[in-house]
Amino acid sequence: MARDTGDEGGNGNRSAEEAALSARLQSLGERLAQQKGPGPQAEARSGSKSDPSALARGFRLSTELVAGVLVGAFIGWALDKWLGISPWGMIVFLLLGFAAGVINVMRAAGVSSPPGSGR
Amino acid sequence: MTDPIHQFEIHKIATLGHIGGHEIAFTNSALFMAITVVGIWALLVGGSSARALVPGRMQSIAELSYEFVADTINSTAGKEGMKFFPLVFTLFMFILVANIIGLIPYTFTVTSHIIITAALALLVFITVLVYGFTKNGLGFFRLFVPQGIPIYILPLIVFIEVLSFLSRPISHSVRLFANMLAGHITLKVFASFITLLGGLGIFGIFGATLPLALVVALTALELLVAFLQAYVFAILTCIYLNDAIHPGH
Repeated sequence: MARDTGDEGGNGNRSAEEAALSARLQSLGERLAQQKGPGPQAEARSGSKSDPSALARGFRLSTELVAGVLVGAFIGWALDKWLGISPWGMIVFLLLGFAAGVINVMRAAGVSSPPGSGR
Repeated sequence: MTDPIHQFEIHKIATLGHIGGHEIAFTNSALFMAITVVGIWALLVGGSSARALVPGRMQSIAELSYEFVADTINSTAGKEGMKFFPLVFTLFMFILVANIIGLIPYTFTVTSHIIITAALALLVFITVLVYGFTKNGLGFFRLFVPQGIPIYILPLIVFIEVLSFLSRPISHSVRLFANMLAGHITLKVFASFITLLGGLGIFGIFGATLPLALVVALTALELLVAFLQAYVFAILTCIYLNDAIHPGH
């Protein structure tokens, strides 16, 4: 913070003032961090937060599987119509969509890792 | 029995004009969207106008909602996700206030129409796509290619990952819409049982206390669902945005 104190001869008075101010700000920040440290308040907060997120996770499961199957069925139907390969697009993409739906559910339940990660 | 679907009907209130022969109408849905936005505006502006060091009721609500959304973003998308705070906060507040206004009798529930929730979900989906491609370029496709998968099943996995990605806006929108629709229909059906049983004489009136108790309990449940669905929508928005910010991990 006190980077411009050295090579300013004319404004020495002002930069010294600024340095004192920044030092005071820093000490204030340190004291605030000490006060905020992991206390009973932080614990109570995380305890109350886990409750809505567990319920939210439950609500997520309800539609994930259906959405995957629907997308697969729609893409299969569209490919059938577009390329005239009648039942095959629907068969293949319905199965792929079902797999995607199962992956969605596993991710929503926290069993599987998020997309793009290692495992 | 009264029609439980009647509450979701859209009426025209005023015609604003015509675009290409199509009527642009101000409907009851638009009216309640406007009420929702004005309500949020009043809550936040009214809450922050006092600027008290010790917050009053309104300021407390405004500050709590800010901190709640900021915490949600920080825990799911990290510090970089905070640049999407305006988007997530707007979505959360709009859905929450629209859901809660919809619980008041004789009001219209904006979020019980799939066109509304689908528009919101597509907004998030397109934001993720645009931001993901502008920030990561083609590296965004790493999202669809998990590491450590044997090469012979990789094409299959990529297909499944793409389908899983495409199914996001559907589950995102259907969840909110279906919960709101189902909850309001259930409330209406049980409420109409009260009047039906009440018309059956003295035993009917005693019998009607059962659905009445159930309606009271369901209203409490719907209040929880109204909040939770807004929270789920916001947290999923954060998770999807997180994929756009860090597609590799």
